[in-house]
Amino acid sequence: MTASAPRPPQGWHESFKGWPPPVLDPAGPYAAPLNTLTWGLLAMAALVMAVVLAALAVALFAPSAWRRRLGGEKLVWVAGLGFPVVVLTLLLVWGLSLTSRLTESPQPGDLRVRVTGEMWWWRVAYLDASGREQFQDANEIHVPVGRTVALELESSDVIHSFWVPRLAGKLDMIPGRRNVLRIQADAPGVYSGQCAEYCGGAHALMAFVVVAHAPQDYALWRARAERPAAISPQHAAGAAVFERSGCGACHAIRGTSANGVAGPDLTHVGSRRTLGAGVLPNNAGTMGGWIADSQAIKPGNRMPAFPVLNGQDLRAVSDYLESLK
Amino acid sequence: MSVPSEGRSETGFDRSIYDRFPTKGRRPKGEVEALEAIWCGPKGWQWITAINNNFIGVYYVGAAMLFFVLAGVLALLMRAQLALPLNGVLPQETYNQIFTMHGTVMMFLFAVPAVEALGVLLLPQMLGARDLPFPRLSAYAFWAYLIGGLAFFCSLFFGLAPNGGWFMYPPLTSTTYSPGINADFWLLGIGFIEISAIAGAIEIIVGVLKTRAPGMGLDKMPIFAWAMLVFAGMIVIAFPSVILATTLLELERALNWPFFDATRGGDPMLWQHLFWFFGHPEVYIIFLPAAGAMSTLIPAVARAPLVGHWMVVLAFLATGFISFGVWAHHMFTTGLPGTSVGVFSAASMAVSLPAGVQVFAWIATVASGKMRFNTPGLFVLGSLLIFVMGGLTGVMAAMVPFDWQAHDTYFIVAHLHYVLIGGMVFPLFAAIYYWTPMVSSRPLSERLGRWTFGLMFAGMHLAFLPMHLSGLMGMPRRVWTYAPGRDLELPNLISSIGAFVFAAGVLVWIIDMVRNFRPFGSDAGNVYDGPGLEWLPAELYSTRSIPLVTSLYPLWDQKNLARDVKAGRYFLPGAPTGGRETLVTSPVEAEPQHLLPMPKPSGWHVWAAVFTAGFFLLLTVQAYAASVLSGALAVYCVIRWCWFLDHPLPQNDVDVGAGLMLRTYASGPSSTGWWAMVITLVVAGMVLAMSVFSYVFLWSRSTAPWTAPIGIETAVVAGMNLVAVLLAWLASRVLGRSPRLTVLFTTAAGLFVAAAWALDLKTWQGTGLAPDLNAQGAIVHAMQAWQGFFVAVGAIMAGYVVLRWLFGYVGPDRPATIQLVGLFLAYVAFQGLVTLGAPRLFAAVAA
Repeated sequence: MTASAPRPPQGWHESFKGWPPPVLDPAGPYAAPLNTLTWGLLAMAALVMAVVLAALAVALFAPSAWRRRLGGEKLVWVAGLGFPVVVLTLLLVWGLSLTSRLTESPQPGDLRVRVTGEMWWWRVAYLDASGREQFQDANEIHVPVGRTVALELESSDVIHSFWVPRLAGKLDMIPGRRNVLRIQADAPGVYSGQCAEYCGGAHALMAFVVVAHAPQDYALWRARAERPAAISPQHAAGAAVFERSGCGACHAIRGTSANGVAGPDLTHVGSRRTLGAGVLPNNAGTMGGWIADSQAIKPGNRMPAFPVLNGQDLRAVSDYLESLK
Repeated sequence: MSVPSEGRSETGFDRSIYDRFPTKGRRPKGEVEALEAIWCGPKGWQWITAINNNFIGVYYVGAAMLFFVLAGVLALLMRAQLALPLNGVLPQETYNQIFTMHGTVMMFLFAVPAVEALGVLLLPQMLGARDLPFPRLSAYAFWAYLIGGLAFFCSLFFGLAPNGGWFMYPPLTSTTYSPGINADFWLLGIGFIEISAIAGAIEIIVGVLKTRAPGMGLDKMPIFAWAMLVFAGMIVIAFPSVILATTLLELERALNWPFFDATRGGDPMLWQHLFWFFGHPEVYIIFLPAAGAMSTLIPAVARAPLVGHWMVVLAFLATGFISFGVWAHHMFTTGLPGTSVGVFSAASMAVSLPAGVQVFAWIATVASGKMRFNTPGLFVLGSLLIFVMGGLTGVMAAMVPFDWQAHDTYFIVAHLHYVLIGGMVFPLFAAIYYWTPMVSSRPLSERLGRWTFGLMFAGMHLAFLPMHLSGLMGMPRRVWTYAPGRDLELPNLISSIGAFVFAAGVLVWIIDMVRNFRPFGSDAGNVYDGPGLEWLPAELYSTRSIPLVTSLYPLWDQKNLARDVKAGRYFLPGAPTGGRETLVTSPVEAEPQHLLPMPKPSGWHVWAAVFTAGFFLLLTVQAYAASVLSGALAVYCVIRWCWFLDHPLPQNDVDVGAGLMLRTYASGPSSTGWWAMVITLVVAGMVLAMSVFSYVFLWSRSTAPWTAPIGIETAVVAGMNLVAVLLAWLASRVLGRSPRLTVLFTTAAGLFVAAAWALDLKTWQGTGLAPDLNAQGAIVHAMQAWQGFFVAVGAIMAGYVVLRWLFGYVGPDRPATIQLVGLFLAYVAFQGLVTLGAPRLFAAVAA
């Protein structure tokens, strides 16, 4: 691990903070115009509300000369029809032009990542320029700062929705279809995201992060991520627990015999910021807790609990997985 | 006000007859006593057989408010759970069922029935009719809704409540991901709500257009009646879409036919289009009657006529029309093509224009009058403020890029509650306070009413205003909990407190109702000095006589109207046929056309409702044999119910007042039965249209070409259907000559559509296209099954005609049954032609 790789934030949850509101705190060119639009719309709404309140106040409480002026069809034509037509037309022009600007097709220079929604986690596949899959990861998406990434959004089961509010609007993941969302981060950092289409069960606990690196750091990260797992001898016992507990039936660790695809790829799970798709911070303790009984933490998730593992085995396999950085 | 005898006649009616009213002199002795006896309320346990809208309307509003409270309790549970992060009040699965039920019960068991109930209760009185045109139909609709709705709600207590959200998107709701019967409860539970809504719509369209008091032309029709008319029309066009959607999803779940399953060529987006084509008009269906109530109450409370009456009428029509063009704004984040997104965005913004017109019409009316801050007044003012706020966030959400952030977050939860509570709940409460004196011997308390308003208004804002923020902070919808450290604690805690404050307001209202609401006896009178006909002195027979209407605000403008109506100086001061009756008038000018004899209370429609509900509920729990039996019994009860219809009275014409003679029997295009059948067939036609859309949509998404069998059978099937149409038409024509031939032609028409269907189905089975193979198989067989259902109903109808003939009830003096059955069979044949043609037009061409 080199010194220039980004350090995880102090608490894993800092990237999930709600203040300032992520929608109003954009960090890239696909979110900034949405922030401007939001403020513009809020201003419009405040203005209209003020007009309505003023009119109502006059209608109720003003002297009769004023009330007589409002008490006819002219008010309905001007304030009820004329004024809204003007405001709505202006807004519509703004909205439609912004829509078409933000839905440009992917460009050849875009980085390509495929994200597949699963119940209730995110399968992330890094593609080369021609769309071939190079390696898989889960629940974290690493991107270089200042470059557009075209996320190819799919689903392997039900409808999910991919939403990282500081970087872009949301886009659904629909079985049988592929939707492409272009995002770009303009500063290094960790940007939190959440599933935004009810997918049953633990939908509330299906989160992810986008990690943006300075370009050189990204190259270093990518190189390391492409490499298979490096297992040190002191974790041989943990690796053995992993193998004999059948974990490889669902999980893959490149460079070992574990090659299951039903669950998240664990090749570099030790370097992830969260576990369980944004549910827990990632350390040996939470790793052990998750393995022992993930059902208590995230009910209904597809990984069974492992009460059969004793404390020593649990610690060994947790340390082993944490070492896969 | 106008002089009614002037002006051109719509129907050839001699308008100078109007000059005879009000009549002079006393009415004969015993006349009003006879009316009372005929309209007497049922005694004891027989209250269940009552069909008078005075009873059914109160039952209906009561049931709707019961569901409001039940769904509200579910909301309190949800807010208790969300008050703290990772809270332990409700576990994940329970919460998922509760939030689904909250939305479903509020939308389907409270909102639509409540506004329909207002119509049932108020419209006949407002229009000067003695009752709705089909009293047993609305009673049936009510009982089916109540029984089915309660049973559906009880699924919660067994852990069997649906948990897919109130809009139940597949594939989450397919058997793969929802293996229990929870989703089936929703699908089949919605079934009888759909029936109730459509029955109500038929009732209201015919009631508003055909049973108004003489002289009440469209220009004098109360604004609430306009709102209900558009409401009913929207139900007819919108509900068929959800009927089809729920049928298709149930077929997919029960029989594995892949409409929405992408692995076999289906498409989850089909559900979204079908559901939202219904779902968006649904919210305007809910809003329009409440807006009509606002346009009625504000003039009443401010004591000034509605400013811009015709603009408001046009606003209703515009809302109804435009609302059918905005459905995909619920799908802006699904990846729809850019042009269609733009069109839907524009339409979604346009639909706010009629709302703005109404809001300023209300403000102008307030300005031109003198607003009283009684409880109805407070609720309408509160409604105006809340609804405008909700409408503004709606305009925000109509802007596509903003919606990409706000969609499926608590921002939308805030928006929808602001428009629904402001646009429907508050007007409903205003209406309850305003019209309670019409049905109860005591009005509600003004003192408690202020508390109810204050707690509901304050609680509403406390609960929902912070949700705009929590949505922008990243909190999605339909989450049973949220993690700590995301700054979501404070807004959620405030929202939860607000919910309980709102509930306290509802509790005060319940206490007020228990203390003061006393229906079915005398009424408290025109406490708020309203201008509409519903405030005329009335008993169970409605008004003593049906007035001649010459103004839009009759009680304000027509001198001595109440006195003259009560003295019997207008139309129908008694019961000339000795039974229950009302007048049928023409749609535009309300010129008297004929007398409508109406039924007395009976039990058959109640049993029909019980067995209808039983059919759906037993199907849900997969007790198939019992379900079929219940369905058969329901059909039997409906036949017994219909048996009383279409018997001419001994008197062909009767004097309805001042010597005006009207026929007592009607058939053909001006009769209420004809209208009801036509509206029903429009509903069926819309389901057919949506199924053709579904076919074309799935065809356009398929990667492999779809083929269809075309050969000599195609021509034979088409020919048989055309022959059936001819026979159905001929059956009515030969009734004068030979009833036997009529019956023969009717039966033959039924046989021809059946044979045509069987042959068409056989050609598909010859292709090896199984319904569970792929999307084409599924949709083709769904259309065939739908046609088969109609063929079966047609067979029952033809059998009914034979039965009537065997009893000697087929003759030229009673053409109505023959005409209606003929209309139905002709439609079945038409549907058979579409079922034949649509798959063959869109086939053998690569998509």
